[in-house]
Amino acid sequence: MALELTQEDLALLDGRRGPAAGFAMRLLTRFAESVEAKRLVEIESAHVDGCLYLGRASLDFVEKCVALGGRVRVATTLNVGSLDLLHPETFRGSDELRDNGRRLMEAHAELGCARTFTCAPYQTRYRPRFGAQIAWGESNAIVFANSVIGARTERYGDFIDLSCALTGRAPEFGLHIADNRRARTLVEIESTPQEWRDNTLVAVAVGHLLGRLGGGVAAIVGLAAETNEDDLKALGAAAASSGAVALFHAVGLTPEAPTVEAAFHGERPERVVRLEARDLRDAARSLSTLPDGAPLDAVALGTPHFSLAEFARLRTLISGEPARVKIWINTGRATLEILRAQGLDAELADFGVKFVVDTCTYVTPILDARAIMTSSGKCAYYAPGNIGAAVAFGSLADCVASARAGVVTRL
Amino acid sequence: MKALTLCPGEAEGAPLLLDEPLSFWGGLDVRTGLIIDRWHPQRGDSVAGRIVMMASGRGSSSGSAALAEALRLGVGPAAILLLRRDGIVIVGALVATELYGLACPVALLAPEDWGEVAAAGRVKLSAIGGGAELTLLSPALSPEG
Repeated sequence: MALELTQEDLALLDGRRGPAAGFAMRLLTRFAESVEAKRLVEIESAHVDGCLYLGRASLDFVEKCVALGGRVRVATTLNVGSLDLLHPETFRGSDELRDNGRRLMEAHAELGCARTFTCAPYQTRYRPRFGAQIAWGESNAIVFANSVIGARTERYGDFIDLSCALTGRAPEFGLHIADNRRARTLVEIESTPQEWRDNTLVAVAVGHLLGRLGGGVAAIVGLAAETNEDDLKALGAAAASSGAVALFHAVGLTPEAPTVEAAFHGERPERVVRLEARDLRDAARSLSTLPDGAPLDAVALGTPHFSLAEFARLRTLISGEPARVKIWINTGRATLEILRAQGLDAELADFGVKFVVDTCTYVTPILDARAIMTSSGKCAYYAPGNIGAAVAFGSLADCVASARAGVVTRL
Repeated sequence: MKALTLCPGEAEGAPLLLDEPLSFWGGLDVRTGLIIDRWHPQRGDSVAGRIVMMASGRGSSSGSAALAEALRLGVGPAAILLLRRDGIVIVGALVATELYGLACPVALLAPEDWGEVAAAGRVKLSAIGGGAELTLLSPALSPEG
């Protein structure tokens, strides 16, 4: 099962394209052999999830690439880092974490990566096209790129995402190959809770359950026709938190699933799972550790990073007196820039919104909060373990009402 | 005993058979080498200096950096034996070798040899080139000593 390399692959490997590409190619070919890839594919873009400081080894790796004169060979975006470089005063962690975290972000930029620092690169001008071969890190970005856009990536992480960027190559395996993108499990939503007036709640609940199903690629039928891209983003993020989901199909909504037959490539489902209103209600409830009526320290939105459409939706919900607790919203710096250019940030700030860019409040010490509310299934899943906060999960409208009341409120 | 080299190097130590795969990210305290995954059967055991045997890898793609960091801090495994190839484990070990010259050889073992290696008191692994050689240095002590 030898890995077949092209002339250009060999030129990269033996250092003729520079020592950094050679170093990255050595790792990549070993990794490719370990996943039993037969060859490498050329990629159009990479998304590197290497900016969050988790220890010296990650920084040493990137510094070595910098010292070897490394340059990424494809358009490469960067995931969130440990601090908000535009609002560094919000950081509450140690000096070591701040200094090494900042250096880690800068070192990646020195390799030619774009300073996006967002977990939602698909909301930037670097959004890939349908069918593009890419090498992306960050679980929500991976599942979005595969499912909602129809680009093709496997789940890349530590060191390998950057190695793909430095070589412009990825191993041909898994979801890079058309046949492996076929649905195996059919998930039928038979009913949804009548009291829910928000498609995002359905999306998060279905995503949470999808992750827990395990197994191969699933195709979902029964999501509302109005389910929008942000709902699908929330679904994928929840599924990639509770399970290792890298691709789902939503029949009639995502590009590889215009019909059930298309999603299954004409084959029969290997498994059929039916979800009812009470399953979805239970799933949503299981994401909350705080009871209704509990006092809140903060509301946290934008995991994954808030989109312009989500800001527009939020603006329809705010008016009058400022909220009692702050609403922290994680977003990309490019999104915030557009918001500012349109003059829309001021009214949000007046209501109590605090903007966070380049990072995310569930992975780094920014919030000084023991009790938070969020509309994000991913934040609800990770915040208790990551930042030690108790969480209430609810719709965006519930989150705004709760920020006003200062306690967990359900409309 | 023959094995397949996945990451080159030489090591010697006592085997530590994991009953379940370990995610190095979140499952291992990289400062001490102790298993901290609260659901793992070997929670509290140390991987430091051991020939860690796990059937396959597990969990988050952040595992490679955690393994490299544990090796950098001198509390990583002496070697890792697998039954199934795992990219996360291999990349973590390769990076530690490339960055720090700290070899943590990784080899793929045949299922029929697994039990015998696990029962050995001490194992020497020589993973040079494609083929790796495993030497069982002493049988495990019987419960009576």
